[in-house]
Order: sequence, then C-alpha cells, then structure tokens
Amino acid sequence: MKNFHVAIIGGGVIGSAIAWELSKYKLDVVVFEKGLDVCSGTSKANSGVIHSGINSTPGTLKARFCVEGNKMFTDLAEKLGFSLKWTGKYVIAKNPLESQEIDRLIKVGKKNNVLGLEIHTGAVVKKRESNLSCFEALWVPTAGVILPYEFTIVLAENAVKNNVNFLLETKVTNIKKYEKGFKIETNKGVFSSNILINSGGLSCREIVSMVEKPDFKVYPCRGEYLVLDKNYSNLINSMIYPVPPAKLGVLGVHITPTIEGNILIGPSAEFIDDPDDKKTTLHMMKTLLKEAKEIIPSIPENAIISAYSGIRCKLLSPQQSGIADYRIEESKRTPGLINLLGIESPGLTSAPAIAKEVTKLISKFYNLEFKKDFKIIKKQPRFSNLKENQQFNLIKKDEKYGRIICRCEQITEAEVIKALSNLLHARSISSVQYRCRAGMGRCQGGFCTQHLLRIMQEKFGMKIDEIKMKSPDSYLFTGYNRELKK
Amino acid sequence: MTNENVDVAVIGSGPAGLAAAVSAKENGANYVVIIDRNSWKGGILPQCIHDGFGLEETGNSMTGPEYIQMYIDDAKKHNIDFLTETMVINIDKNKTITAVNKNGIYKINAESIILSMGCREKTRWNIMVPGDRPSGIYTAGVAQAFINLYNIIPGKNIVILGSGDVGLIMARRLKLEGLNVLGVLEILPHASGLPRNVVQCLDDYEIPLYLNHTVTHIDGRERLESVTIAQIDNKKNIVKGSEKKIKCDTLLLSFGLIPENELSKDAGIKIDNITGGPVVDQTYETNIPGIYACGNCLQVYDTVDVLSKSAKLVGKNAVVKLIKNKKSIFVKPGKNIRYVIPQIINKKGLINFTMRVNKPAQNVTLKIKADEKEIYKKKQRWVNPANMIELTLEITHEILKKGKTLVVNLHE
Repeated sequence: MKNFHVAIIGGGVIGSAIAWELSKYKLDVVVFEKGLDVCSGTSKANSGVIHSGINSTPGTLKARFCVEGNKMFTDLAEKLGFSLKWTGKYVIAKNPLESQEIDRLIKVGKKNNVLGLEIHTGAVVKKRESNLSCFEALWVPTAGVILPYEFTIVLAENAVKNNVNFLLETKVTNIKKYEKGFKIETNKGVFSSNILINSGGLSCREIVSMVEKPDFKVYPCRGEYLVLDKNYSNLINSMIYPVPPAKLGVLGVHITPTIEGNILIGPSAEFIDDPDDKKTTLHMMKTLLKEAKEIIPSIPENAIISAYSGIRCKLLSPQQSGIADYRIEESKRTPGLINLLGIESPGLTSAPAIAKEVTKLISKFYNLEFKKDFKIIKKQPRFSNLKENQQFNLIKKDEKYGRIICRCEQITEAEVIKALSNLLHARSISSVQYRCRAGMGRCQGGFCTQHLLRIMQEKFGMKIDEIKMKSPDSYLFTGYNRELKK
Repeated sequence: MTNENVDVAVIGSGPAGLAAAVSAKENGANYVVIIDRNSWKGGILPQCIHDGFGLEETGNSMTGPEYIQMYIDDAKKHNIDFLTETMVINIDKNKTITAVNKNGIYKINAESIILSMGCREKTRWNIMVPGDRPSGIYTAGVAQAFINLYNIIPGKNIVILGSGDVGLIMARRLKLEGLNVLGVLEILPHASGLPRNVVQCLDDYEIPLYLNHTVTHIDGRERLESVTIAQIDNKKNIVKGSEKKIKCDTLLLSFGLIPENELSKDAGIKIDNITGGPVVDQTYETNIPGIYACGNCLQVYDTVDVLSKSAKLVGKNAVVKLIKNKKSIFVKPGKNIRYVIPQIINKKGLINFTMRVNKPAQNVTLKIKADEKEIYKKKQRWVNPANMIELTLEITHEILKKGKTLVVNLHE
C-alpha cells in the first residue's frame, strides 16, 4: 500500500485548485472523487462569477480569499488558457430606498479594498445597458465570468500532468486515524496518507464524522438557474444584480452573460433537506423568469434552452441568518486533518487563494521544495474561434478538424477526440460536453449524440453499456436491438 | 482554400434539397452542388423505415430509404455534385458560401442558393418540463436514429410525451420491438400528428393516447425512474388530484419541429416568427435576391410528397430568374388561420398557396379577400392544424396593381 504525503477528498474546484497548487512541489498527492469526473457537484452548477468582494463582510475569510483570489485570475487564465471575461457588474437600485443598500455595499467594498467602484445614474446606466431601467446603480468593474467546469478541469488535468493521482468513481467509505496519519477506505481499496484534506463540499460533514464528532451542521440551499439561447446574448453587456435580499445570505436572482454568449437567470435560494436533490421546479422556473423580467422586461419567454440547479453548502440555517464564514483549519482534535467547511459563494473566486492558504498549512508539516520539471498544459482555443488560415492549417495537420460534428456550437471531431483522451480518463457524455462543448447548444445533443457514440465506440473501443451521461448509473442504452452477427 | 463558382448551391441533401437540385438541373442549370454535413445523402429519411412515403407523388407507398433512393439516383443521373461530411459555416449577402470538410475550407460562389437545411426537434426545455436531469430522456427522432440506424435500444419501459408524427411512429416502432410503450400524452385536446398516424400507430396497437395530459415532474437522479403525469384543464392548469406517478426508464419527447435557420439569420434573411422559416415571395425567394428556401426549413410539411413538389418549383425558380415586378402585395393570415405561404406576391400568375388553421373545425368556409374583394371561396367539411391546406389561385394583374393585402379567413 502506497503512502501519500497528502490525500484530498473531493475533486471540486477547491480540491482541484489545492491539487494543482501542491503539484508544484515534491509531494505525493492523491485525490478521491466519487463522481465520473471532476467538477461533478456544486462547482459546476453556479453562476461562474469571479466576484469583486463587495458582498463579503470585512475581516472575514470570505472577504479575504475573494479579494485575493480575484486578483489572481487574469494571470491564471493567461497561463492555463481557460476563458475569462471581465464583464463588470451593475447592482441596481430601483428607487431611493434601495440606494441606501448601494451605499452600504460601497462601504463594504472600500473596506475590502475593491477598486474602481462608481455610482451611475439611471441615465448613464441606460446608455451602457439599453434594456435596463433603474434609479441608479453601483458599477463594479472588477467582476468577471469564467466557465466553472472548464477552470476546474484545467486545474485537475494540470495537476495530473504533474503526477497528482486523481481517482475517479472513488468514494471514501471510512477513515481511520493512526499515529502517523490516516487509513482511507474506499470502494477502490485502502489508501494511506500523512495529511488529509477534506474538501468534500456538501459531504464535508460526512467526512469529518468518519474521524471525529463534527461541531457543525450543513444546511443545503438549492439554487435554480435558467439558460437562454445565444440569440439573446445582446440583451446585456455586464452582469446585472438586484440589491441583495435582506435574508438568507444570498445575492438574489441576477442576470449573467456567460463566456459562451448564453445568459443565465438565477439562482433561487431554497433550503432543502437532501443535499443531492438537484431538481428544477416549475414554480421556481416561473419565479426566476418573473424576477428577471422585473429587471429586464424585454427578456423573451421562449428563449430558454436549459435549466439546472446547484446546491450551496451553508453552515447556518435560515433562522440563524444563513451567513457563516468559511472554516479553513487544521482540526484541533485530529492533527493532520485539514478541513474546508462551508465553502459557498464566493468559493469559485476564492479557490486559488484558498489553495495557497492550504499549501501554507501543509508547509508546517513538510519543507516544501519546488519541482524542477513542473509543466503547464495550456488549453488551446476552440477551432470555431480561430482565424480561417489557422483553421486551414489545423485541417492540413489533422483532417478530423475538418469534420464539424456539433452543429450548434461548431465543434470538430478532432476536438471531441481530444476531450475523450483527457488525462483523467473521464469519458462520460458530460465529460465531453464540459471539455469541448459538443452537445451544449440549442439542440441539446439532438444532432451530435450519435457522432459521440460513434467516436466512443470506434476510436475508444467503448461498449454501449459503458456509455454514461454523467454518473455511474446514468446509462444511455439498454442493449442492442438485434444480436450482432460476427 | 478551395474556390468554386457554381450555378446553384443547395444546402442540405434531404428530400427538399435533392428535389430542388434535380429540378434546377432539369431546367437548365449547368453546375449544381449539394452540400451536406452528414456522411450519407437523404437527410432524415434513411432512418424513417416505415412506409407511406411517395403515395401521393408516385402512387406507390415506399419506405423512407426507398423514397429517397429514387431522388439520389435521379441526382446521380443528372451529374449533380455532392460535398458530404461538409459543414456550411457561413453564407454572405454576395452569395458566397464558406464550408469546411476534411480537405479544408471551401468558398463557393453561387448564382443562386437554395436553403434546404430541414428542421430540428424541440427539446425538454422548449416546454420546460421540471424535475431531475437523468439520462433516458430522448427526443423521438434521436431515439429513431438509435434504433433504426445504430441497432441500439434506448430503454425498456417508455412513455411518450407529445403526439407529433415522429412520436406516434416511434410508439409503434418500439412496440414492434417488443418494448413496453406505456402511453402517449398530449397536452392539447387533439393529437398534433396526422389522424391517420393516430389510427395506424396507436389504435391498431392498443397504445393509449391521453389527451389533455402532460408530464409535470421527472424523477431519477441518474437514470430516469418515473414521471408524474397529470390532466390539464382548458386553461392549461393541472387538474387537482389527477397527478399520478408512472414508473419508466425512458421518456421520448415529440413536441414538434423547429426549422433550422441559424445560417439564414446570420446571412440577414428575414424570418417569419410564426413559421420559423424565411419570408418568401411566390418564387420562394427570400429578401436576399438569389437565395431561395424550401422544405422543412421554410415550414414544417405534413408529408414528403407535398414538400418535394414545392421544392421542385423552387429548384426551377432558382434557375429561371424571374424578372421582378416592383409592386408587391402582402398575404396575411386572418380569422382562424395560423399562417400562409407565400407571404409576398410580386408577379401575376397561378400561385400555389399552403397554409394551416389554428384549431380543428367542421363545415367551414375558406375565403380569400384582395383588400375588400372576395377572390376565392370554398367550403371544407373539416379542417385540422395537422393537415396543411393547399390551393392554387390565379393572381391577376388587376389584383396585383390595385391591392395591398390578401387576407385568408376561415369562417365557421
């Protein structure tokens, strides 16, 4: 049995960011992820916003990591090649009463050292956002958007490139603390490590309870989203937020332009009992559309191409305000156990800064030494975004670039093959979607699913019962119609 | 980069594209090329292995593959060029097509372009079915491709939501494979597919059709486990107490089809909000001179026979460039009429009109008025939104000169 220096539980954005940060050093690191791919939970289902720090109480870890993380993104995106767009955001006040809330946000922002905050009159806002009417608005230039799954996958695959072991479909079932470290039992065998990092997201309490009695509870809070067709991408230029609602510790239903040109409406906020209940509800779909129309009346009703939900990991119940700070600490009772608890929004923004902090905690155990051969794989731009002569050169190199198989998003066969050849060996339909976007457009895979199937079978030798949508039991087919003759 | 000059470029090798291309060639075009993204020719027809194709057109009832082979053979006879596995990524106003395939990038300069991109299926989110997001939910056409082209069974216990023709055909197809088809649900008080398909695909196989019903919730965290169905009243509200859970592993969606016009829109072609297809004049020419539209990207047709017939006209028009009379009149759907094609007339002569009604009705009269003057009147025993109405009418020089609008009304 191999002993690892560090074991990380959870391949969400936090676990993957830590894995990548640690992969820079001479350490043996393993990550356990229960899903078919990294980024299978809360990390994939959110707004994809890089927050500025105007919403987090000064002095909290949330404020600190949000502001620190925000500053790291331009450089990270340049290095790793993931998409990032500093769209900026408006927080709008519909009347003078709501303006008081804007004054409060400015104070918070200034205390957190958020730069560039401006108040724009309704008329100025109208010039920049012609579909938006408001009394006045707070302009936040340092807010941006990324694709959360693309970011997580890029981190995880770069970690693998630098010898971190990512074990997918590996669920931790029990943990035993012994003198020198931890014995971690999983469905794929027993592993041992000196340090254990609990970045289990919604499962963080379950993991802690395998080692010690937890001193906290998790209150799952569901947020539903609607996705609009790209045809309506010109409705807005920047993110549009209402002033935050008075309760629940959330930011309210906002309208977000995504990297891909779709517009997101959401999230709702609903405390639920079951942390896996990621359903969408008719009631909430209607509410989201209604609230969005209150901000931008010209949003069309028939523009929705998808809906999804994600679950926030909150440490306080709605009765207790719902607002708790992150807990990022070594357990006092169990030395070597580093817990990351209650990592909700702005968790995506905070992830790279949190990873640095966790590395600092680990440096107390080990004298960290940089790897000389640390490598970076930079994500290449999509074929459809290239200039014609670049496209032509790619086709000359590999004719599969000339075969576009996703009509809505114009994704080529070569890009699908590249996605399926990923270093994590993740081969579900959504693994392909999240790596190259085939099947995520307006026809929702109607045209390209049969091509994915062909490539999975022919090029990767997958059998039809091995083809899954997103999770181990999400099989696509029950068998052949007629027995194949040999 | 490959540059080519052609007389007529046809986008899509489905029945409309093939019929239009053959007709263009028959009417004197020298160089006709058909561009298609698939490796095969014929669009969706190779997966439609049921029969009934070509009955009106040829007197013989054929399967989809048989029907389309007739046109493929015709196209070969006429030396029409094919570019398969080739995706058109752009059409510009000067009628230059940019296309990509494994040999590189093509710039095709065409005298005339015929749009025949067909249509796509509406998805779960077009009608916002709430619940979990498991595997096991397919549009009917995708399931049809899996079964008929790839020999793959998507699931065993199947509920079909929506009674479009593809859904009805698939209900029978799945039943014939020995699968358990639990029923077809339709939110409207009448089936959306052709009445003959209701009889031949559901009634004959004792598959229940639940009218005024829909799926209100989808359950299953990984694979579909059940759907909740409910009765809907005439205000589209759920009838209280009518909800029940049905265990199933597969849900097929048949909500209807959307004409594919992303290329048309990017080119600046005007789209009719109701049909989802380009606005065309009586020659099926769009607002960009020299670009024509036919087939299901113009409007969703009932049968391939009618579709091919009008596509042939389009192929002819694309060659025989008609001199445009500057005076245009607009054709508008009036009482109880959903849409009428063409939407614009700018030349006298016999015009072929196609249209659909809003709802089923009996003993009605179809009237067409040129401004205030009635120019057409016909009694109909019954009409149905699923059955397209076709008629030919002479539009005289007089009408064209004096008139501003033609209005089609259906009187009860």
